[in-house]
Amino acid sequence: MTKLKQQSLHKRENQLANPNRQLEILNGGIFENGELPTFAKIITQTNQFPLRPKKLEILQINVGYMCNQVCEHCHVDAGPDRKEIMTWETMQKCLEIIKNTGAHTLDLTGGAPEMNPNFRRFVEKASQAGVKDFIVRSNLTIIRANKKYHDLPQFFKKYNVHVVSSMPHWTRGKTDKQRGEGVFDMSITALQQLNAVGYGMPGSTLKLDLVYNPNGAYLPGDQASMEKEFKSALKADFNIKFHNLFAITNLPISRFLDYLIASENYEDYMYQLVEAYNPKAVKNVMCSNTISISWDGYLYDCDFNQMLGLKVASKVTHINQYNESILNNRDIVISQHCYGCTAGAGSSCQGEVTT
Amino acid sequence: MANNYYDPADLRKFGNITQWSEELGNKFFDYYGKVFEEGALTAREKSLIALAVSHTEQCPYCIDAYTKDALQRGVTKEQMMEAVHVGAAIKSGATLVHGTMMMNKVNKLEM
Ligand code: SF4
Ligand code: SF4
Repeated sequence: MTKLKQQSLHKRENQLANPNRQLEILNGGIFENGELPTFAKIITQTNQFPLRPKKLEILQINVGYMCNQVCEHCHVDAGPDRKEIMTWETMQKCLEIIKNTGAHTLDLTGGAPEMNPNFRRFVEKASQAGVKDFIVRSNLTIIRANKKYHDLPQFFKKYNVHVVSSMPHWTRGKTDKQRGEGVFDMSITALQQLNAVGYGMPGSTLKLDLVYNPNGAYLPGDQASMEKEFKSALKADFNIKFHNLFAITNLPISRFLDYLIASENYEDYMYQLVEAYNPKAVKNVMCSNTISISWDGYLYDCDFNQMLGLKVASKVTHINQYNESILNNRDIVISQHCYGCTAGAGSSCQGEVTT
Repeated sequence: MANNYYDPADLRKFGNITQWSEELGNKFFDYYGKVFEEGALTAREKSLIALAVSHTEQCPYCIDAYTKDALQRGVTKEQMMEAVHVGAAIKSGATLVHGTMMMNKVNKLEM
Protein backbone atom coordinates (compact mmCIF):
# COMPACT_ATOMS: atom_id res chain seq x y z
CA MET A 1 0.00 0.00 0.00
CA THR A 2 1.32 3.41 -0.91
CA LYS A 3 0.15 6.88 0.03
CA LEU A 4 -1.64 8.93 -2.60
CA LYS A 5 0.68 11.28 -4.42
CA GLN A 6 -0.34 14.85 -5.09
CA GLN A 7 2.08 15.62 -7.90
CA SER A 8 3.04 14.12 -11.23
CA LEU A 9 6.31 12.24 -11.68
CA HIS A 10 7.43 15.17 -13.81
CA LYS A 11 6.88 17.67 -11.03
CA ARG A 12 8.60 15.40 -8.53
CA GLU A 13 11.50 15.00 -10.97
CA ASN A 14 11.14 11.26 -10.57
CA GLN A 15 13.49 9.32 -12.89
CA LEU A 16 10.48 7.58 -14.44
CA ALA A 17 9.28 10.90 -15.85
CA ASN A 18 11.89 10.12 -18.48
CA PRO A 19 10.47 7.68 -21.09
CA ASN A 20 13.95 6.36 -21.89
CA ARG A 21 14.38 5.25 -18.29
CA GLN A 22 11.02 3.44 -18.50
CA LEU A 23 12.07 1.69 -21.71
CA GLU A 24 15.37 0.68 -20.12
CA ILE A 25 13.41 -1.05 -17.35
CA LEU A 26 10.98 -2.68 -19.78
CA ASN A 27 13.80 -3.97 -21.97
CA GLY A 28 16.15 -4.96 -19.17
CA GLY A 29 16.03 -7.33 -16.19
CA ILE A 30 13.90 -10.44 -16.64
CA PHE A 31 13.50 -9.76 -20.36
CA GLU A 32 17.16 -9.11 -21.00
CA ASN A 33 18.34 -12.22 -19.15
CA GLY A 34 15.84 -14.41 -21.01
CA GLU A 35 13.76 -15.34 -17.97
CA LEU A 36 10.71 -14.09 -19.87
CA PRO A 37 10.35 -13.80 -23.66
CA THR A 38 10.22 -10.30 -25.13
CA PHE A 39 6.97 -9.25 -26.79
CA ALA A 40 8.68 -9.38 -30.20
CA LYS A 41 9.77 -12.95 -29.54
CA ILE A 42 6.38 -14.18 -28.37
CA ILE A 43 4.44 -12.70 -31.31
CA THR A 44 7.01 -14.16 -33.69
CA GLN A 45 5.93 -17.63 -32.51
CA THR A 46 2.57 -17.09 -34.21
CA ASN A 47 4.02 -15.19 -37.20
CA GLN A 48 2.59 -11.89 -36.02
CA PHE A 49 5.89 -10.00 -36.07
CA PRO A 50 6.19 -7.24 -37.18
CA LEU A 51 2.87 -5.95 -35.94
CA ARG A 52 1.13 -4.11 -38.77
CA PRO A 53 -1.95 -1.85 -38.74
CA LYS A 54 -5.16 -2.90 -40.43
CA LYS A 55 -7.70 -0.34 -41.59
CA LEU A 56 -7.67 2.94 -39.65
CA GLU A 57 -10.88 3.26 -37.64
CA ILE A 58 -10.11 5.45 -34.65
CA LEU A 59 -8.37 8.80 -34.39
CA GLN A 60 -7.41 9.37 -30.79
CA ILE A 61 -6.38 12.90 -29.97
CA ASN A 62 -4.73 13.77 -26.68
CA VAL A 63 -5.52 17.45 -26.12
CA GLY A 64 -3.23 17.83 -23.09
CA TYR A 65 -1.80 16.21 -20.00
CA MET A 66 -3.37 18.60 -17.52
CA CYS A 67 -5.88 16.95 -15.18
CA ASN A 68 -7.76 17.83 -12.00
CA GLN A 69 -6.77 14.44 -10.55
CA VAL A 70 -3.45 12.71 -9.91
CA CYS A 71 -4.47 9.05 -10.03
CA GLU A 72 -1.82 6.66 -8.85
CA HIS A 73 -2.06 4.37 -11.84
CA CYS A 74 -2.17 7.10 -14.53
CA HIS A 75 -0.24 6.10 -17.67
CA VAL A 76 -0.19 9.74 -18.81
CA ASP A 77 1.42 11.07 -15.62
CA ALA A 78 -1.34 13.67 -15.78
CA GLY A 79 -2.09 16.23 -13.09
CA PRO A 80 -2.79 19.88 -12.37
CA ASP A 81 0.93 20.60 -12.69
CA ARG A 82 1.26 19.37 -16.30
CA LYS A 83 1.41 22.26 -18.75
CA GLU A 84 1.39 20.36 -22.06
CA ILE A 85 -1.80 21.59 -23.72
CA MET A 86 -2.83 21.47 -27.38
CA THR A 87 -3.01 24.93 -28.91
CA TRP A 88 -5.92 26.17 -31.02
CA GLU A 89 -3.59 26.23 -34.01
CA THR A 90 -2.84 22.51 -33.63
CA MET A 91 -6.53 21.82 -33.05
CA GLN A 92 -7.33 23.50 -36.36
CA LYS A 93 -4.89 21.19 -38.13
CA CYS A 94 -6.55 18.24 -36.37
CA LEU A 95 -9.93 19.47 -37.60
CA GLU A 96 -8.67 19.30 -41.20
CA ILE A 97 -7.57 15.72 -40.57
CA ILE A 98 -10.91 14.83 -38.96
CA LYS A 99 -12.75 16.15 -42.01
CA ASN A 100 -10.75 14.00 -44.39
CA THR A 101 -10.06 10.88 -42.38
CA GLY A 102 -11.23 7.38 -43.27
CA ALA A 103 -11.70 6.70 -39.54
CA HIS A 104 -15.27 6.44 -38.25
CA THR A 105 -14.46 7.24 -34.60
CA LEU A 106 -12.95 10.30 -33.00
CA ASP A 107 -11.71 9.80 -29.45
CA LEU A 108 -10.66 12.81 -27.35
CA THR A 109 -8.55 12.12 -24.32
CA GLY A 110 -6.08 13.75 -21.90
CA GLY A 111 -5.48 14.42 -18.94
CA ALA A 112 -8.91 15.91 -18.50
CA PRO A 113 -9.66 17.06 -22.06
CA GLU A 114 -12.22 19.53 -20.71
CA MET A 115 -9.39 21.53 -19.12
CA ASN A 116 -8.03 22.56 -22.48
CA PRO A 117 -9.25 26.18 -22.83
CA ASN A 118 -10.35 25.53 -26.43
CA PHE A 119 -12.07 22.22 -25.66
CA ARG A 120 -15.63 23.40 -26.28
CA ARG A 121 -14.77 25.23 -29.48
CA PHE A 122 -12.98 22.11 -30.70
CA VAL A 123 -15.87 19.75 -29.84
CA GLU A 124 -18.33 22.05 -31.60
CA LYS A 125 -16.29 22.12 -34.83
CA ALA A 126 -15.32 18.46 -34.71
CA SER A 127 -18.94 17.39 -34.26
CA GLN A 128 -19.71 18.97 -37.66
CA ALA A 129 -17.06 16.90 -39.44
CA GLY A 130 -19.29 13.87 -39.84
CA VAL A 131 -17.55 11.18 -37.77
CA LYS A 132 -19.93 8.41 -36.75
CA ASP A 133 -18.86 8.01 -33.15
CA PHE A 134 -17.46 10.98 -31.23
CA ILE A 135 -16.01 9.94 -27.87
CA VAL A 136 -14.84 12.16 -25.04
CA ARG A 137 -13.01 10.45 -22.20
CA SER A 138 -14.20 12.31 -19.13
CA ASN A 139 -13.00 11.48 -15.64
CA LEU A 140 -16.41 12.47 -14.15
CA THR A 141 -15.03 14.50 -11.24
CA ILE A 142 -14.18 17.32 -13.65
CA ILE A 143 -17.93 17.91 -13.99
CA ARG A 144 -18.02 18.67 -10.25
CA ALA A 145 -14.55 20.23 -9.93
CA ASN A 146 -15.53 23.79 -10.72
CA LYS A 147 -18.71 25.68 -11.47
CA LYS A 148 -17.62 26.33 -15.03
CA TYR A 149 -17.78 22.58 -15.72
CA HIS A 150 -21.16 21.88 -14.09
CA ASP A 151 -23.02 22.16 -17.41
CA LEU A 152 -20.80 19.63 -19.22
CA PRO A 153 -23.59 16.99 -19.35
CA GLN A 154 -25.82 19.43 -21.27
CA PHE A 155 -22.88 20.44 -23.45
CA PHE A 156 -22.07 16.80 -24.29
CA LYS A 157 -25.71 16.19 -25.08
CA LYS A 158 -25.89 19.16 -27.42
CA TYR A 159 -23.13 17.70 -29.61
CA ASN A 160 -24.22 14.09 -29.17
CA VAL A 161 -20.87 13.19 -27.63
CA HIS A 162 -20.34 9.59 -26.53
CA VAL A 163 -19.11 9.84 -22.95
CA VAL A 164 -16.62 7.25 -21.69
CA SER A 165 -15.79 7.65 -18.03
CA SER A 166 -13.50 6.00 -15.55
CA MET A 167 -15.01 4.41 -12.47
CA PRO A 168 -12.57 2.22 -10.56
CA HIS A 169 -15.10 0.42 -8.38
CA TRP A 170 -18.67 0.46 -7.20
CA THR A 171 -17.52 1.05 -3.61
CA ARG A 172 -16.22 4.27 -2.12
CA GLY A 173 -13.15 2.76 -0.44
CA LYS A 174 -11.63 1.20 -3.54
CA THR A 175 -12.38 4.21 -5.71
CA ASP A 176 -10.89 6.79 -3.37
CA LYS A 177 -7.80 4.67 -2.79
CA GLN A 178 -6.96 4.66 -6.46
CA ARG A 179 -8.07 8.15 -7.42
CA GLY A 180 -8.07 10.28 -4.28
CA GLU A 181 -10.28 11.30 -1.39
CA GLY A 182 -13.80 12.31 -2.37
CA VAL A 183 -13.54 11.01 -5.96
CA PHE A 184 -16.26 8.42 -5.44
CA ASP A 185 -18.91 10.84 -4.20
CA MET A 186 -18.10 13.35 -6.94
CA SER A 187 -18.23 10.65 -9.60
CA ILE A 188 -21.61 9.44 -8.35
CA THR A 189 -23.06 12.95 -8.51
CA ALA A 190 -21.62 13.43 -12.00
CA LEU A 191 -23.13 10.13 -13.18
CA GLN A 192 -26.50 11.13 -11.76
CA GLN A 193 -26.24 14.43 -13.65
CA LEU A 194 -25.43 12.58 -16.88
CA ASN A 195 -28.39 10.23 -16.29
CA ALA A 196 -30.63 13.23 -15.64
CA VAL A 197 -30.03 14.62 -19.15
CA GLY A 198 -30.60 11.19 -20.68
CA TYR A 199 -27.11 9.66 -20.80
CA GLY A 200 -26.81 5.94 -20.17
CA MET A 201 -30.52 5.21 -20.22
CA PRO A 202 -31.57 1.90 -21.76
CA GLY A 203 -32.16 2.47 -25.48
CA SER A 204 -30.84 6.05 -25.32
CA THR A 205 -28.61 7.23 -28.18
CA LEU A 206 -26.72 9.31 -25.61
CA LYS A 207 -24.03 6.72 -24.91
CA LEU A 208 -22.45 6.49 -21.48
CA ASP A 209 -19.83 3.79 -20.96
CA LEU A 210 -17.65 3.21 -17.93
CA VAL A 211 -14.04 2.14 -17.76
CA TYR A 212 -12.83 -0.13 -14.99
CA ASN A 213 -9.19 -0.79 -14.31
CA PRO A 214 -7.78 -2.75 -11.38
CA ASN A 215 -6.74 -0.97 -8.26
CA GLY A 216 -3.33 -2.59 -7.95
CA ALA A 217 -0.92 -5.19 -9.29
CA TYR A 218 -3.47 -7.62 -10.70
CA LEU A 219 -5.34 -8.09 -13.95
CA PRO A 220 -8.97 -7.18 -14.56
CA GLY A 221 -11.56 -9.91 -14.15
CA ASP A 222 -13.98 -11.00 -16.82
CA GLN A 223 -15.55 -7.92 -18.39
CA ALA A 224 -19.10 -9.28 -18.62
CA SER A 225 -19.31 -10.32 -14.97
CA MET A 226 -17.70 -7.07 -13.81
CA GLU A 227 -20.31 -5.20 -15.84
CA LYS A 228 -23.06 -7.15 -14.10
CA GLU A 229 -21.64 -6.30 -10.67
CA PHE A 230 -21.22 -2.62 -11.52
CA LYS A 231 -24.70 -2.38 -12.98
CA SER A 232 -26.54 -3.97 -10.11
CA ALA A 233 -24.55 -2.14 -7.40
CA LEU A 234 -24.80 1.31 -8.99
CA LYS A 235 -28.49 0.80 -9.69
CA ALA A 236 -29.31 -0.47 -6.20
CA ASP A 237 -27.26 2.08 -4.28
CA PHE A 238 -27.60 5.21 -6.42
CA ASN A 239 -30.13 4.46 -9.17
CA ILE A 240 -27.39 5.02 -11.75
CA LYS A 241 -27.57 3.53 -15.23
CA PHE A 242 -24.92 3.18 -17.92
CA HIS A 243 -24.43 1.21 -21.13
CA ASN A 244 -21.20 -0.80 -21.27
CA LEU A 245 -18.30 -1.44 -18.95
CA PHE A 246 -14.81 -1.65 -20.46
CA ALA A 247 -12.34 -3.62 -18.35
CA ILE A 248 -8.86 -2.27 -19.05
CA THR A 249 -5.52 -3.72 -17.99
CA ASN A 250 -3.04 -1.30 -16.42
CA LEU A 251 0.04 -1.10 -18.63
CA PRO A 252 3.39 -1.09 -16.83
CA ILE A 253 4.40 2.44 -17.75
CA SER A 254 4.60 5.85 -16.10
CA ARG A 255 2.95 6.15 -12.67
CA PHE A 256 1.74 2.56 -12.67
CA LEU A 257 5.29 1.39 -13.37
CA ASP A 258 6.50 3.61 -10.53
CA TYR A 259 3.91 2.01 -8.24
CA LEU A 260 4.87 -1.51 -9.35
CA ILE A 261 8.53 -0.90 -8.63
CA ALA A 262 7.96 0.92 -5.33
CA SER A 263 5.64 -1.83 -4.07
CA GLU A 264 8.01 -4.58 -5.28
CA ASN A 265 5.36 -5.97 -7.59
CA TYR A 266 7.05 -5.27 -10.92
CA GLU A 267 8.45 -8.73 -11.71
CA ASP A 268 5.37 -10.51 -10.45
CA TYR A 269 3.14 -8.28 -12.57
CA MET A 270 5.20 -8.90 -15.70
CA TYR A 271 4.96 -12.64 -15.01
CA GLN A 272 1.18 -12.30 -14.72
CA LEU A 273 1.01 -10.44 -18.03
CA VAL A 274 3.24 -12.94 -19.84
CA GLU A 275 1.41 -15.95 -18.37
CA ALA A 276 -1.92 -14.46 -19.45
CA TYR A 277 -0.59 -13.74 -22.97
CA ASN A 278 -3.28 -14.60 -25.49
CA PRO A 279 -2.05 -14.87 -29.09
CA LYS A 280 -5.62 -14.39 -30.33
CA ALA A 281 -5.73 -10.89 -28.82
CA VAL A 282 -2.76 -9.75 -30.92
CA LYS A 283 -4.64 -9.18 -34.14
CA ASN A 284 -7.10 -6.79 -32.48
CA VAL A 285 -4.77 -4.71 -30.32
CA MET A 286 -5.65 -1.05 -30.31
CA CYS A 287 -2.78 0.05 -32.55
CA SER A 288 -4.17 -2.17 -35.32
CA ASN A 289 -6.91 0.38 -36.04
CA THR A 290 -5.91 3.56 -34.18
CA ILE A 291 -3.63 6.54 -34.64
CA SER A 292 -2.81 8.61 -31.60
CA ILE A 293 -2.05 12.33 -31.90
CA SER A 294 -0.28 14.16 -29.10
CA TRP A 295 -0.89 17.71 -27.81
CA ASP A 296 1.99 18.94 -29.97
CA GLY A 297 0.82 17.18 -33.13
CA TYR A 298 3.10 14.14 -33.23
CA LEU A 299 1.78 10.75 -34.31
CA TYR A 300 1.96 7.51 -32.35
CA ASP A 301 0.67 3.95 -32.62
CA CYS A 302 -1.26 4.41 -29.37
CA ASP A 303 -1.55 6.64 -26.31
CA PHE A 304 0.88 4.35 -24.42
CA ASN A 305 3.58 4.71 -27.07
CA GLN A 306 2.92 8.46 -26.95
CA MET A 307 3.79 8.48 -23.24
CA LEU A 308 6.91 6.42 -23.93
CA GLY A 309 7.98 8.90 -26.62
CA LEU A 310 7.84 6.16 -29.31
CA LYS A 311 6.72 7.98 -32.46
CA VAL A 312 5.33 6.05 -35.43
CA ALA A 313 7.96 4.31 -37.54
CA SER A 314 6.97 6.16 -40.70
CA LYS A 315 8.15 8.96 -42.97
CA VAL A 316 5.15 10.85 -41.60
CA THR A 317 5.54 11.55 -37.89
CA HIS A 318 3.65 14.84 -37.48
CA ILE A 319 0.21 16.14 -38.43
CA ASN A 320 1.92 18.74 -40.64
CA GLN A 321 2.71 15.93 -43.10
CA TYR A 322 -0.38 13.84 -42.32
CA ASN A 323 -1.09 11.18 -44.93
CA GLU A 324 -3.16 8.14 -44.03
CA SER A 325 -2.02 5.84 -46.79
CA ILE A 326 1.66 6.42 -46.03
CA LEU A 327 0.97 6.07 -42.32
CA ASN A 328 -0.94 2.84 -42.69
CA ASN A 329 2.07 1.26 -44.34
CA ARG A 330 4.19 1.02 -41.21
CA ASP A 331 5.44 -1.44 -38.62
CA ILE A 332 4.11 -0.80 -35.13
CA VAL A 333 6.67 0.07 -32.48
CA ILE A 334 6.50 -2.43 -29.63
CA SER A 335 8.10 -3.16 -26.29
CA GLN A 336 7.24 -5.22 -23.23
CA HIS A 337 4.42 -2.86 -22.16
CA CYS A 338 2.47 -4.34 -25.11
CA TYR A 339 1.88 -7.47 -23.01
CA GLY A 340 -0.75 -5.33 -21.23
CA CYS A 341 -2.83 -5.33 -24.44
CA THR A 342 -2.72 -9.09 -24.97
CA ALA A 343 -3.33 -10.50 -21.48
CA GLY A 344 -6.42 -12.67 -21.07
CA ALA A 345 -9.21 -11.36 -23.26
CA GLY A 346 -6.93 -8.51 -24.35
CA SER A 347 -7.31 -4.84 -23.50
CA SER A 348 -7.81 -1.61 -25.39
CA CYS A 349 -9.51 1.74 -24.82
CA GLN A 350 -12.66 -0.15 -25.86
CA GLY A 351 -12.08 -2.87 -23.27
CA GLU A 352 -11.61 -6.54 -24.19
CA VAL A 353 -10.54 -7.28 -27.75
CA THR A 354 -11.56 -10.93 -28.08
CA THR A 355 -15.02 -12.41 -27.80
CA MET B 1 17.54 -26.97 -3.47
CA ALA B 2 16.29 -23.81 -1.84
CA ASN B 3 16.87 -23.57 1.89
CA ASN B 4 13.22 -22.93 2.64
CA TYR B 5 10.23 -25.22 2.07
CA TYR B 6 7.93 -22.67 0.47
CA ASP B 7 9.04 -20.42 -2.39
CA PRO B 8 6.49 -18.06 -4.03
CA ALA B 9 8.13 -18.76 -7.40
CA ASP B 10 7.16 -22.45 -7.07
CA LEU B 11 3.51 -21.51 -7.58
CA ARG B 12 4.39 -20.70 -11.20
CA LYS B 13 5.74 -24.22 -11.54
CA PHE B 14 2.46 -25.86 -10.54
CA GLY B 15 1.70 -26.72 -14.16
CA ASN B 16 4.97 -28.68 -14.35
CA ILE B 17 3.56 -31.49 -12.21
CA THR B 18 2.18 -32.97 -15.44
CA GLN B 19 5.78 -33.66 -16.51
CA TRP B 20 6.18 -36.72 -14.31
CA SER B 21 2.71 -38.08 -14.79
CA GLU B 22 1.12 -36.53 -17.79
CA GLU B 23 -2.18 -38.35 -17.78
CA LEU B 24 -2.98 -37.85 -14.11
CA GLY B 25 -1.68 -34.28 -14.18
CA ASN B 26 -3.83 -33.35 -17.15
CA LYS B 27 -6.86 -35.05 -15.64
CA PHE B 28 -6.38 -33.03 -12.48
CA PHE B 29 -6.06 -29.71 -14.33
CA ASP B 30 -9.09 -30.47 -16.52
CA TYR B 31 -11.09 -31.25 -13.41
CA TYR B 32 -9.77 -28.20 -11.58
CA GLY B 33 -10.60 -25.89 -14.47
CA LYS B 34 -14.08 -27.32 -14.81
CA VAL B 35 -14.82 -26.95 -11.10
CA PHE B 36 -14.14 -23.22 -11.22
CA GLU B 37 -16.26 -22.52 -14.28
CA GLU B 38 -19.46 -20.54 -13.95
CA GLY B 39 -22.20 -23.03 -12.98
CA ALA B 40 -25.00 -23.14 -10.44
CA LEU B 41 -22.56 -20.98 -8.45
CA THR B 42 -20.92 -17.96 -10.05
CA ALA B 43 -17.15 -18.01 -10.60
CA ARG B 44 -17.01 -15.22 -8.01
CA GLU B 45 -18.79 -17.29 -5.35
CA LYS B 46 -16.48 -20.21 -6.07
CA SER B 47 -13.48 -17.94 -5.74
CA LEU B 48 -14.61 -16.87 -2.25
CA ILE B 49 -15.17 -20.47 -1.16
CA ALA B 50 -11.68 -21.29 -2.46
CA LEU B 51 -10.27 -18.36 -0.49
CA ALA B 52 -11.89 -19.57 2.74
CA VAL B 53 -10.72 -23.15 2.19
CA SER B 54 -7.21 -21.93 1.32
CA HIS B 55 -7.06 -20.53 4.83
CA THR B 56 -8.41 -23.56 6.61
CA GLU B 57 -5.94 -25.68 4.60
CA GLN B 58 -3.30 -23.06 5.40
CA CYS B 59 -1.82 -23.41 1.95
CA PRO B 60 0.37 -20.36 1.18
CA TYR B 61 0.16 -20.99 -2.57
CA CYS B 62 -3.64 -21.10 -2.52
CA ILE B 63 -3.89 -18.00 -0.31
CA ASP B 64 -1.59 -16.15 -2.72
CA ALA B 65 -3.56 -17.30 -5.77
CA TYR B 66 -7.09 -16.82 -4.46
CA THR B 67 -6.42 -13.45 -2.86
CA LYS B 68 -5.32 -12.23 -6.27
CA ASP B 69 -8.23 -14.01 -7.94
CA ALA B 70 -10.74 -12.37 -5.59
CA LEU B 71 -9.25 -8.91 -6.25
CA GLN B 72 -9.47 -9.54 -9.99
CA ARG B 73 -13.14 -10.34 -9.59
CA GLY B 74 -13.77 -7.07 -7.79
CA VAL B 75 -14.32 -8.69 -4.38
CA THR B 76 -13.81 -6.16 -1.58
CA LYS B 77 -11.46 -6.77 1.34
CA GLU B 78 -14.44 -6.77 3.73
CA GLN B 79 -16.00 -9.62 1.75
CA MET B 80 -12.69 -11.47 1.68
CA MET B 81 -12.25 -11.17 5.44
CA GLU B 82 -15.80 -12.39 6.05
CA ALA B 83 -15.05 -15.45 3.94
CA VAL B 84 -11.91 -16.15 6.01
CA HIS B 85 -14.00 -15.84 9.19
CA VAL B 86 -16.43 -18.40 7.84
CA GLY B 87 -13.49 -20.77 7.39
CA ALA B 88 -12.13 -19.91 10.83
CA ALA B 89 -15.53 -20.39 12.47
CA ILE B 90 -15.96 -23.84 10.94
CA LYS B 91 -12.41 -24.75 11.88
CA SER B 92 -12.81 -23.66 15.51
CA GLY B 93 -16.34 -25.03 15.68
CA ALA B 94 -15.05 -28.34 14.42
CA THR B 95 -12.46 -28.34 17.20
CA LEU B 96 -14.92 -27.33 19.84
CA VAL B 97 -17.66 -29.74 18.85
CA HIS B 98 -15.21 -32.54 19.64
CA GLY B 99 -15.50 -31.33 23.20
CA THR B 100 -18.69 -33.33 23.35
CA MET B 101 -16.59 -36.47 22.84
CA MET B 102 -14.42 -35.46 25.76
CA MET B 103 -17.46 -34.79 27.87
CA ASN B 104 -18.98 -38.17 26.96
CA LYS B 105 -15.76 -39.88 27.88
CA VAL B 106 -15.43 -38.03 31.16
CA ASN B 107 -19.05 -38.76 32.03
CA LYS B 108 -18.51 -42.40 31.26
CA LEU B 109 -15.29 -42.75 33.23
CA GLU B 110 -16.16 -40.69 36.29
CA MET B 111 -18.26 -42.06 39.06
S1 SF4 C 1 -8.30 11.13 -14.34
FE1 SF4 C 1 -7.33 9.98 -15.98
S2 SF4 C 1 -5.86 11.40 -16.89
FE2 SF4 C 1 -6.46 12.25 -14.90
S3 SF4 C 1 -4.86 11.51 -13.50
FE3 SF4 C 1 -6.59 10.07 -13.42
S4 SF4 C 1 -6.06 8.47 -14.92
FE4 SF4 C 1 -4.76 10.25 -15.35
S1 SF4 D 1 0.86 -0.85 -26.20
FE1 SF4 D 1 0.28 0.24 -28.06
S2 SF4 D 1 1.71 -0.54 -29.56
FE2 SF4 D 1 1.73 -1.99 -27.91
S3 SF4 D 1 0.19 -3.53 -28.48
FE3 SF4 D 1 -0.79 -2.00 -27.17
S4 SF4 D 1 -1.71 -0.59 -28.60
FE4 SF4 D 1 -0.16 -1.73 -29.73
